[in-house]
Amino acid sequence: MRHQLRLQVGPVAFRIGSEWARPIAQLRRLYAGYPEPEGACDFTVRLEAETPWWRFVRPSVAIRGDYVLPDAAPLPLVLGLLAAEMGMNLQMALGQRRFLLLHAGAVERDGRALLLTGESGAGKSTLSALLGERGWRFMGDEFALLDLDDGRLHPFPRAVSLKNEAAELFAGMAPDRFGPVLEGTPKGRIRHLRPNAAAIAAMAEPAVPALILFPRFGAGLAAAVRPVGAAELFMRLTQASTNYVALGPRGFDSLLRLCRDTPAKAIDYASSEEAVALVEQLWEAGR
Amino acid sequence: MAGSAYIADADILAAAAELEGLTFLYDARSGQTHILAPPAPQILEALAGRAGDAEDILQRIGDRFDVPAEGAAHALAARLAELEAAGLVRRP
Repeated sequence: MRHQLRLQVGPVAFRIGSEWARPIAQLRRLYAGYPEPEGACDFTVRLEAETPWWRFVRPSVAIRGDYVLPDAAPLPLVLGLLAAEMGMNLQMALGQRRFLLLHAGAVERDGRALLLTGESGAGKSTLSALLGERGWRFMGDEFALLDLDDGRLHPFPRAVSLKNEAAELFAGMAPDRFGPVLEGTPKGRIRHLRPNAAAIAAMAEPAVPALILFPRFGAGLAAAVRPVGAAELFMRLTQASTNYVALGPRGFDSLLRLCRDTPAKAIDYASSEEAVALVEQLWEAGR
Repeated sequence: MAGSAYIADADILAAAAELEGLTFLYDARSGQTHILAPPAPQILEALAGRAGDAEDILQRIGDRFDVPAEGAAHALAARLAELEAAGLVRRP
């Protein structure tokens, strides 16, 4: 690959290569301050031209790497940064075997972690990023990595993917923390936000899971809290994990321990301020 | 008439845990996780490593549980068919 970047995110080392300079330059800017991996990389992502001559005619980025989805559609070159981000997600989702991977956002306070999980659009990304700017340590907005041996949660603080109006909530942040505005992606308008310096500095520090929340956002929803029992939690988290089945008995044991030891609640909210208040209230109650 | 005899692996419940009255069982053979409601776990326990038909199972479970006699064999046959379909018991 002509252009390349090596990137350490929590316990995972990536190597991202590209036939074009721009996506790598954008990544380098977005991930300024991240450490470079010391040894070999866990995963490789390659951004390649869909066909060799198209590199010049109508540049279109195919995501390749150690693990690929055969039917993944190529993206236009202007979305090259998004392709790199999707490529990193894909390697994790398909190839990660060292941790139980949960599709969840996570933040930490006093060494204890709060997990935010649920369906796409529930607000876990926005909420974890917002908490990360309000006294919590941001651990990640996409994947939470559960240690198979000791049950602790490892950070995976990638750039936050803010969709559509969510970016407005972060208007006061330093401009250099934002990536370019990406219009017309499969999820609408996306803008990436680099986690703050404290989150990057602590990316090697795991935390003990203390509370799991299933947020649900709806403009007309009344604020509500509902307990989620251990059995329902287990079922929902197997669905929130991309590698539970692949990990076999170790995945079963890890998930069982998490569900037995960690209280869980479902919360409904109509605004991000309401959600933050609910989170603080539940966190205090669980101390 | 007690129907067919079935058997389960002796270690079928080796990786199993109860959460809120449901038994979560990891089947090492298939790599699948099963969620079982009573009396399925009790049936598996009764058949772990030793074959038996519905009557035997009732007797083995009945040692520890108060099983109603009426319709029990019929219900048991239905549960056994489900466990067989899930690959957790087989005919010896």
